[in-house]
Amino acid sequence: MLALFLRDTRLGLRAGGGVLIGILFFLAVIAVVPFGVGPDLKLLARIGPAMLWIGALLATLLGLDRLFQADRDDGSLDLLIMASDRHMLALTVLVKCLAHWSTCVLPLVIASPLLGLFMNMEPAAIGATTLTLFVGTPAITLIGAVGAAVAVALPRGGLLVSVIILPLTIPVLIFGVSAAYGAVEDPAPFVAPFLILVAITLFFAVIGPLAAAAALKSSAD
Amino acid sequence: MRLVAENLAGERGGEILFSGLNFAVTGGEALMITGPNGAGKSTLLRIIGGLLDKAEGRIRLDDAPADFDGLVSACHYLGHLNAMKPVLSVEENLHFWQSFNGIGDYTIAEALDRVQLGDIGHLPFGYLSTGQKRRASIARLLISRRPVWLLDEPTAGLDKRSEDQFAGVMHAHLSGGGIVIAATHLPLGLDGAQELVMGRNGF
Amino acid sequence: MSDAASKAGRWVDLANPTRFINFAGIVLPWLVGITLLVLAAGLWMSFQAPDDYQQGSTVKIMFIHVPFAWLSMMCYTVMSISAIGTLVWRHPLADVSAKAAAPIGAAFTALALITGSLWGKPMWGTWWVWDARLTSVFVLFLMYLGIIALTRAMDDPAKSSKATAILTLVGFINIPIIKFSVDWWNTLHQPASVIRMGGPTIHPSLLWPLLVMAVGFTLLFFTLHIMAMRNEIWRRRVVAMRRIAARSAERRGVSS
Repeated sequence: MLALFLRDTRLGLRAGGGVLIGILFFLAVIAVVPFGVGPDLKLLARIGPAMLWIGALLATLLGLDRLFQADRDDGSLDLLIMASDRHMLALTVLVKCLAHWSTCVLPLVIASPLLGLFMNMEPAAIGATTLTLFVGTPAITLIGAVGAAVAVALPRGGLLVSVIILPLTIPVLIFGVSAAYGAVEDPAPFVAPFLILVAITLFFAVIGPLAAAAALKSSAD
Repeated sequence: MRLVAENLAGERGGEILFSGLNFAVTGGEALMITGPNGAGKSTLLRIIGGLLDKAEGRIRLDDAPADFDGLVSACHYLGHLNAMKPVLSVEENLHFWQSFNGIGDYTIAEALDRVQLGDIGHLPFGYLSTGQKRRASIARLLISRRPVWLLDEPTAGLDKRSEDQFAGVMHAHLSGGGIVIAATHLPLGLDGAQELVMGRNGF
Repeated sequence: MSDAASKAGRWVDLANPTRFINFAGIVLPWLVGITLLVLAAGLWMSFQAPDDYQQGSTVKIMFIHVPFAWLSMMCYTVMSISAIGTLVWRHPLADVSAKAAAPIGAAFTALALITGSLWGKPMWGTWWVWDARLTSVFVLFLMYLGIIALTRAMDDPAKSSKATAILTLVGFINIPIIKFSVDWWNTLHQPASVIRMGGPTIHPSLLWPLLVMAVGFTLLFFTLHIMAMRNEIWRRRVVAMRRIAARSAERRGVSS
């Protein structure tokens, strides 16, 4: 299992700048916001956490369709499925998700404080947003694994994956953003939405791989 | 060890490709599956490997070796695709499959020597020619121990010399008590192999 | 026969990079030495320069910020010239030059943005404002990253060179926008004070260290650029040799 994690991280880092494209997309989304809403610093600071979350959500969805597609294209997926007596397929999926998250999404989380400065956010808001992104984005990847597994057999599944997953990620967005705001705005609570966010991630860490494994098994043809 | 199929039927896309198929292969024996395109050779292999559901019938592995508790876990599958990543080196690819699938009778270096790739194992897989890629994929069979080999057109892309070598690899596997089931339209150089001729239903 | 012809063509192409590597081997030690000297002198002069009566010691950030900003644009200009070289003369070194310059340019742009925001925090009270100059430089940074992503996404340099060159040339529109953004739009960023009609408005005690630093960083850019180009040529040779190794292993196998 460690070998699978290492292989996938290595592939993620070595193959054609996928990490860079994700960060670039994130930067571009954030850079477009001030053009849309105007460069009013107070307004930007207020919508900052929400914009960072939406940007990170979209950037996370970007590379998800390749999660299983790449393995399917070269036949590795068949062997991973056949090894399911040895390594439970759900566990294999979970490890693949973890590898994908640490190569493609973790850099986004690390870049988000910098983008917080662009949005003129205060340090507490930046810290809270980064923390909620760190805790919340794994849930997006894990939900995304289900979409990626369902669409794996489709030749042009990329956009479809995003469309399938987006409604499911709304709870993550809601609680992530409300926790980020809770850290800054006084009456709003921080701990409660943050714990719910943690719960969502843990919940999907179980449900996501199981569902994705079932979808993968039935997708083989 | 004995691989038995009884009254097996397979379908693809809702169409029954074959039905009422019976065969039995004991350890040390090879089964060649021949027939025209579309007869269901690949489908049969994928059914044995557990990658496709069978339409009806039974397939089982009797007296499986102690380490393997089911048919699927005792199978190596060599499909049309090589299951290797072009950006990783041949050794990195094999190393991954060995740690994922368990060790076998050969180390990676020995397996690469066996398929004549000993001195280019450090190259990225993507740089290899078609035949070299296929041989690297054959090395994957050697580095993890599986008694049953399911081979789908294993010699596609191999030249005559590599074919002979591969026949040697298969002979060694058979003499170790293993089973080879190969879908092919070329003779693989295995004497005394059973042959299963598949044809389209109704022909 | 055609194989032999194409092989001969490849050797002619390689002749130039080979000469370049020899040239780099001779020039680089000198260039490194001069760069270090000029940068050291520039730093010393910067520390000797008087503090500004309004900005205090933060004015010293300018001595590195302005050269970084200039270089971020100059690097893009170098890449654009290389892009023309790739498209018009199909010179193999032009593509190498463009590819090697992109990460350096991105680094200089990032440094310009970072030093700028370090200066902006005490002056403007915020790390970042979305005014014309800052935004256009940020767009330049994004373009650098985009070009790097494009060159890395395609494995084969022969394929990626033209696409990268076209993208680079299209993006060149941004350079005059950056240069004149402070004149065209009403922005927080102060207008040009060194290169302008009617002579510089900056006091000589600040101007000289700035110019020396600018020369030093320009030298640094060319040193890094030549090093990066040499690395890129070596990298391509390693790729070529590995492909040859894969093929010759096959031939050796047959003959044995």
